[in-house]
Amino acid sequence: MTTTSTWNRIRRKSVNVIMLALTALCTLFAAGALVFILGYLFVHGARSLDVNFFTQLPKPVGETGGGMANAIVGSGKLLLLAMLVGVPIGFLGGVYLAEFGGTGFSFLVRYVTDLLNGVPSIIMGIFAFTIIVLPQKHFSTLAGGLALGIMMIPIAIRSSEEFLRNVPLALREGAMALGASKSRAIWSVVIPAAKAGLITGLMLNLARVAGETAPLLFTAFGNRFWSNGWEQPTASLPVMIYTYAISPYDDWHQQAWSAGFVLLALVLGVNILSRIILAQKGPALR
Amino acid sequence: MSASPTTIDAGPPASSGGASTFWKRLRAGDEVSIAITFLCAFTVVLVTGLLVYELWGKSAISRHAFGWNFLFTSTWDPVAGQFGSLPFVYGTLVTTALAMIIGIPLGVGAAIFLAELAPPGLSSALSFLIELLAAVPSVIIGLLGIFIMVPILQQVVPHIQEALSFIPFIQGPFYGVSLFTAGVVLAIMILPFIISISREVILSVPNDQREGALALGATRWETTWNVVVPYARNGIAGSIFLALARAMGETMAVTMVVGNDPKIPHSLMAPGYSIAAVIANEFAEAPGDLYQGALIELGLVLFGVTILVNGAARLLVMSTEKKGSK
Repeated sequence: MTTTSTWNRIRRKSVNVIMLALTALCTLFAAGALVFILGYLFVHGARSLDVNFFTQLPKPVGETGGGMANAIVGSGKLLLLAMLVGVPIGFLGGVYLAEFGGTGFSFLVRYVTDLLNGVPSIIMGIFAFTIIVLPQKHFSTLAGGLALGIMMIPIAIRSSEEFLRNVPLALREGAMALGASKSRAIWSVVIPAAKAGLITGLMLNLARVAGETAPLLFTAFGNRFWSNGWEQPTASLPVMIYTYAISPYDDWHQQAWSAGFVLLALVLGVNILSRIILAQKGPALR
Repeated sequence: MSASPTTIDAGPPASSGGASTFWKRLRAGDEVSIAITFLCAFTVVLVTGLLVYELWGKSAISRHAFGWNFLFTSTWDPVAGQFGSLPFVYGTLVTTALAMIIGIPLGVGAAIFLAELAPPGLSSALSFLIELLAAVPSVIIGLLGIFIMVPILQQVVPHIQEALSFIPFIQGPFYGVSLFTAGVVLAIMILPFIISISREVILSVPNDQREGALALGATRWETTWNVVVPYARNGIAGSIFLALARAMGETMAVTMVVGNDPKIPHSLMAPGYSIAAVIANEFAEAPGDLYQGALIELGLVLFGVTILVNGAARLLVMSTEKKGSK
């Protein structure tokens, strides 16, 4: 009797230790994946990174060297357009939800926002394609910017709403006690109070769409030269990485690593910075 | 002077006020603010509606040409104008299933460790790292997939095939790119989603649940596995569904390692294709309305499925968080 219970005890104890160790291994694996990605890109990408990468156009096939200046500028232009589309709609929509909404319509907006957030990015590409590229009959920076902009909206709405809600009620009450109208209180007191959060939210959002490739494949397309204005197809860093990675040329592979390193450094840099600011300022953005 | 004596909470503006109140509020800017912000919020609904409308409308030609056969035939021949999506649906389902089989145990295990065992400092540092993994652009994961994962698997997989020669569906020549490779890459990509949401859900389980089990003499693991995890079950399932939706819609990384062969292979180690990958590869160069329509219809299918899975996920996560906050 005692032996069985002793054995039982040993069995339970060892199951305990083994399973807990396994969960630790799982964590190690997940965190290790990131460390591995970072390390490998740093070693491989930074190695061949030079000034030319930032200043020169891609060289024709067969010639070594060259850079991705057009893709860097292209990504910048796309992000600018995306901001122009996504930020006003997202931010003001968030103001509505946080300050004026409250009934059935707000529920609908939140529901649809979550829905839109779950739509695969390639479908945003199809959408921008059907409403801009198809009527115009050519790929354009505009279409790419629109696709990214729509992708920004859901996160922009939800993060603005959250940050505005975090502003203490006392600030609103104070403003209104001084005779400000509700909207005056919102624009002059509540929004400035939430400024840091709103801006970090925007940065995180930009970092997220900066790496998006799928929606650009058939909207902004790609370009081996400079793209003038907003109506021409344009190169972008993520699409460039994709094209160079699946190409058969070793030199292009090397450039893909460099571009990957630059993109990852930007995206993670913004992420780390924003999260540090958020951790100091208030509850973390999910 | 504030004209409206309404409370400050975010309730709807009282519409019962007379005409004079309305004018005062208009002059004070309230009505203008409401109108502008309402318009922006409404735009979101409008854009989503337009998205569904466009996908439905622009795929009409293909829907009318093939009907339901589109989903159940496997000939994808743009030259002959024959479009059946079965190979892509199959590829999406298989790669996603593989990702889930690999990703769920790892993800839930890590979430348990982070929520239940790790000291708070270590837990938040590791969670931070894992959330950064979610921020890595998928094209970069694909880049590592092509140049690191594929060569490694080329070394490893033949040995696995030899050792498990009794399992028929992993045999056959292995080129590095395959449904299996895509599954492994997807598993890494969905890990952060499973981990961060499950961790939060597990953290929201009330402490008296744990204390009760420990007081009854349960070990740490028994407490976690028999009490905490069942309590957080719905939320964990929700995180898995969210990851599932991600995996199905994931495009770039899959496109780069799946092999892009529009067949239904008998082996997991053979190249395949996925819905998102075929759209990414062929859309820009698809001549003809029917071809384009067929690709947009694939997009519609993907859209429909991810919406359903996402909806289910949110319901599940919400139901646990409510239970935990009681």
